[in-house]
Amino acid sequence: MAKWRSWLGLAPASIIMLGLFGSSLGYGIAQSLGWLPFLDQRELSLAAYRNVLVGQQLGGQWWSALLFSLWVSCAATFGSACICLGLLSSIAERQQHYRGLSIVSNLHLAIPHSVWAMALLLMLSQSGILARIGFAVGWLDQPKDFPVLVRDRWGIGIILAYITKEVPFLLLIGLATLRQQGRAYLLVAQSLGANRWQRLRLVLWPLLAPSLISGSFLVFSFIFGAYEVPALVGVRYPEMLATMALELFLNPDLQARAEGMAVSMLMSLIILAVVGLAWRWREQR
Amino acid sequence: MSYRKLVLLLAFLLIVPIAIFLVYAFAQGWFFPALWPERWDSELFLRQLRDPQVRRGFEQSLVVATGVSGLALLLGYPAARVLELQQFRGRGLIYGLFFLPTVVPSVATGIGLNIVFLRLDLAGTLFGVMLVHLIPVLPYVVLTLGSSLAHYDRNYEHQAAVLGASPWLVFWRVSLPLLLPSLVVAGVLAFLISWSQYVLSLLIGGGKIITLPMLLFSAASGGNYSLIASLSLIFIAPLLLLLGLVARYLGSPATGATPRP
Repeated sequence: MAKWRSWLGLAPASIIMLGLFGSSLGYGIAQSLGWLPFLDQRELSLAAYRNVLVGQQLGGQWWSALLFSLWVSCAATFGSACICLGLLSSIAERQQHYRGLSIVSNLHLAIPHSVWAMALLLMLSQSGILARIGFAVGWLDQPKDFPVLVRDRWGIGIILAYITKEVPFLLLIGLATLRQQGRAYLLVAQSLGANRWQRLRLVLWPLLAPSLISGSFLVFSFIFGAYEVPALVGVRYPEMLATMALELFLNPDLQARAEGMAVSMLMSLIILAVVGLAWRWREQR
Repeated sequence: MSYRKLVLLLAFLLIVPIAIFLVYAFAQGWFFPALWPERWDSELFLRQLRDPQVRRGFEQSLVVATGVSGLALLLGYPAARVLELQQFRGRGLIYGLFFLPTVVPSVATGIGLNIVFLRLDLAGTLFGVMLVHLIPVLPYVVLTLGSSLAHYDRNYEHQAAVLGASPWLVFWRVSLPLLLPSLVVAGVLAFLISWSQYVLSLLIGGGKIITLPMLLFSAASGGNYSLIASLSLIFIAPLLLLLGLVARYLGSPATGATPRP
């Protein structure tokens, strides 16, 4: 009786999740294998994957999008993790509660990525606020003297948008750990004569590393597959995998759908591999 | 950096974008490289507020996000209770089921579901969009309620039950008041995830459902800065309002708000 009742509570949410997620996965795989019933095409093949990975037209695009996605995700993840660690190390020793920081970081998480990216565009574009200030101060003579920081070919705008957005997320993850155990250890180390650098390296880092590293893996996998920010403050070339996948899928040529699916499947596979590695690493510790 | 300074810096970084949007939305004749607009005018902003397309986007976003929050709480609360308060085999598997959609990109789930929803005649309907929004929303509701239930003492419920309260009365008079902060925060979280969703709405809404993010995207490709700023303000105003109302709950671990990249 108790068993049956307990499953009753869990069933609706699980069934809906499994239904939506499972059918999305099933149809995604089927279509990437060329099963396109609306084109009366029901033969399965690996043609779409072949086109994407080594095809004449798409092959180059795939590899450059993969490299660009890796570059943007790694740079943004590494940048936000370092900033977060620096900030936490500067406040960890003097603080007992983190209420204010946790409220303001949560508020940051509430700003949608798309809106955040737009703010960055208005701020940093060649006719944006910073360029106007630079002009007024006399550093520039015309808009094109201002460096291209958004919609640039190195993805600086995308990386900046993500770093500023992910630091509060990682702060919250780190605070959850610090709140549980941080201060006492740091005070003991201090009274035993450890200097600041020793406390960071021998106390704070070992405490924060597990949660901060798992948080960074989440950040990486999010950035690697997200569409909004690169679509808004990126350029058409080089582009990220998510924008490549969606563009192929929305292509009026319905044959391109299978290729869009293949790109999105490969992209998800990479993310799942990264998350799986992170999970195993955590289990082993 | 001192703690106070860090909190102030982060608060400042929240105010800057809003200030930028306000300036761009209400400035008139503000040509490069002028540092300050010639004059201020609310005409363009008001025109956006009155625009039928914007109104429709706002209404449909509101209907979808409210519906999704309600649905997610209704589905998520019993699920979180079972997951957090009971031991059973396969618990890890169910957790995995709720964790996976948080890492698989919505581009991938969206294009996979596009055909499914077309076949079920759910594409282009408000209900279809709500349903697909459950994929990113439901996991966070379950995780948030779950981590708040970890701080929850179930003995209050047993006590009420021993004293003869019906299950419904126990929920209404004991569980609900105790868990209210967490339920409210989970509802707001659900609302804002749905409100910000672009890719899934686009792929399932099929051009028939217009939400605010879609209008922002089309404005962004147009490149009219004051239009972008006006839409951004309209976009974030309800979020700021909601968050302002629950901000005091966000600082406490017992509320369980699960952070999201």
